Amino acid sequence: SNVAGPLRSENKVTVNFVNRDGEKITVKGSPGDTLLDVVIDQNLDFDGFGACEGTLACSTCHLIFEEEVYKKLGPVTDEEMDMLDLAYGLTDTSRLGCQICLSKSLDGMTARVPESVADIRQSGDGSA
Amino acid sequence: TSVRKLASATSTCLKVCIVGAGPAGFYTAQHLLKSRTDVQVDLYERLPVPFGLVRFGVAPDHPEVKNVINTFTQTAQHDRCSFYGNVNVGKDVSVQELQQAYHAVVLSYGAEGNRKMGVTGEDLAGVYSAKDFVGWYNGLPCNKQLQPDLSCETVVILGQGNVALDVARVLLSPLDILKTDITQSALQALEASKVRRVLVVGRRGPLQVACTIKFLREMLNLPDTRTEMLASDFEGISDTLKDLPRPRKRLTELMLKAVKEAKEETDARKRWGFRFLRSPVEVLAGPDGARAAAIRLAVNKLEGSGDAARAVTTGQVEDVECGMIISSIGYKSLPIDSSVPFDLKRAILPNNLGRVQDTSGLYCSGWVKRGPTGVIATTMNDSFDTARTLLQDMESGVLDLSVSKAGSGAISALLGSRGVRVVSFPEWEKINTEEVRRGEVNGKPREKLLDVKEMLSVAWS
Ligand SMILES: Cc1cc2nc3c(=O)[nH]c(=O)nc-3n(C[C@H](O)[C@H](O)[C@H](O)COP(=O)(O)OP(=O)(O)OC[C@H]3O[C@@H](n4cnc5c(N)ncnc54)[C@H](O)[C@@H]3O)c2cc1C
Ligand code: FES
Repeated sequence: SNVAGPLRSENKVTVNFVNRDGEKITVKGSPGDTLLDVVIDQNLDFDGFGACEGTLACSTCHLIFEEEVYKKLGPVTDEEMDMLDLAYGLTDTSRLGCQICLSKSLDGMTARVPESVADIRQSGDGSA
Repeated sequence: TSVRKLASATSTCLKVCIVGAGPAGFYTAQHLLKSRTDVQVDLYERLPVPFGLVRFGVAPDHPEVKNVINTFTQTAQHDRCSFYGNVNVGKDVSVQELQQAYHAVVLSYGAEGNRKMGVTGEDLAGVYSAKDFVGWYNGLPCNKQLQPDLSCETVVILGQGNVALDVARVLLSPLDILKTDITQSALQALEASKVRRVLVVGRRGPLQVACTIKFLREMLNLPDTRTEMLASDFEGISDTLKDLPRPRKRLTELMLKAVKEAKEETDARKRWGFRFLRSPVEVLAGPDGARAAAIRLAVNKLEGSGDAARAVTTGQVEDVECGMIISSIGYKSLPIDSSVPFDLKRAILPNNLGRVQDTSGLYCSGWVKRGPTGVIATTMNDSFDTARTLLQDMESGVLDLSVSKAGSGAISALLGSRGVRVVSFPEWEKINTEEVRRGEVNGKPREKLLDVKEMLSVAWS
């Protein structure tokens, strides 16, 4: 990724992640990349992140945004909401990282990886 | 590579063994390997093939869910990880023997038992457990012979969890959606199927339904299929919406929408619906006395509200005609070995944050720790939790790490003396290659081998 010349890198979007330990990690991604792409390309070590590889089948790419950023992220599909409903620590400004594409207007945004404390939410499977 | 092997052999002094190579086993291993560079993790698996319910549970029309296999494969290929397939722990080797050879043992052997309905007629022809039915279409070797009779029009499924909806979907789906790694014989049986109507029965009401919204939405989106709900089941439900947590609220709203839209006539050939407040009382045989022809249901009412609501019978019963009954009231973990404590009532290993109670050096993760609920992400989180507990015990000195342990060397010798030959990960990959090759012939990503003997002969060829 560092083969891109200075012209190219000017187009990059800066993204701040806050990991589960509260540490801030600042990286750059290209417009059009999803936040999951960025996590993978930059080798960010968020345990278990992106288990279904961006196919909207797991909710492990759950990220939490600040209110103002959340509003800029674009519409949420029913299918994304369905998977989000299974995410740990769901908030009103939660999204799935594999569904969010970078754009210049998101430059400098912060995305927080939620803690993975087990909670006893309804998660029916194979039960009566 | 021999240099690398030697180097890792001297630097890894901590030996952990994991029983069961499903999601829980792999996620526990992943976290341990990542967190410490001096730990060797060995996975023992009863079958010659890894991945547990990702291979044998997850429905054929959910291939995206199976992407987790890529990460599991990376874990298995890690320098400090080994896979030993074809080892039935509790039979080929005891948990105590594993504990002698390893600093810690993690039990992640899932939930391979099945809750029974406990009603008369349960053993009639035409009555199946969802576990066996799922095992049949997914190629689980022990369910190969099931060959369910799909010549009836109406099927009743008891239980309203995600597994129940998996079964309903497979029964009603167009075949092209299913044509992934489903077995060829199941595909042929479904092609000839006469099933047109599936009723999914639960003992409580719409607000207690156990499925998640994704699975419900998929049912509502099935082509050529309309919903057949009873509007009366939903009376008063919309008044409760505002107080519900978001996931329950969205799920309930979607059901209400489906009820409303179901009133519009469509010319769909197939239909499905939930039936609420009904419990099985008896499976009724047809004129031959051998085959199920109907199910008698007790009509319930609810006491209390929300998740805690209890179903109590009203004394009223009702018979529903159907040619096939599938009970989907839950998987269940079984005891593995008499030396390991087991909570028979809850059907899990009694544990505290993953430490098996009244033992030392014994841990658990996944369905055997928590019970058979939740998606893979739930299993992932609880496996990471168990790994964290184990790491903590290593650091705090709860586990005696000063003694050196023989690890797989000792177990391999034991297994060898008992005539048990293991399947290594590269040997599983031979099975994988063969399955992919056979799949190509049928235009599928994979055609699973259905027979353990055949798996072994390919593995060791
Ligand atoms: C029908 C069905 C469909 C599902 N669909 C989805 C889905 O679409 N999406 C989703 O996120 N989740 C789904 N799930 C849930 C998911 O499969 C589970 O959360 C997960 O598999 C539990 O992992 P586990 O490792 O605890 O158990 P398992 O996956 O059952 O793994 C246990 C492993 O232990 C092995 N084992 C058992 N006994 C022994 C022994 N004595 N010695 C050695 N090894 C042994 C077994 O062979 C198996 O490989 C589904 C579950 C079912 C039942
Ligand atoms: S990676 Fe699975 S939903 Fe985003």
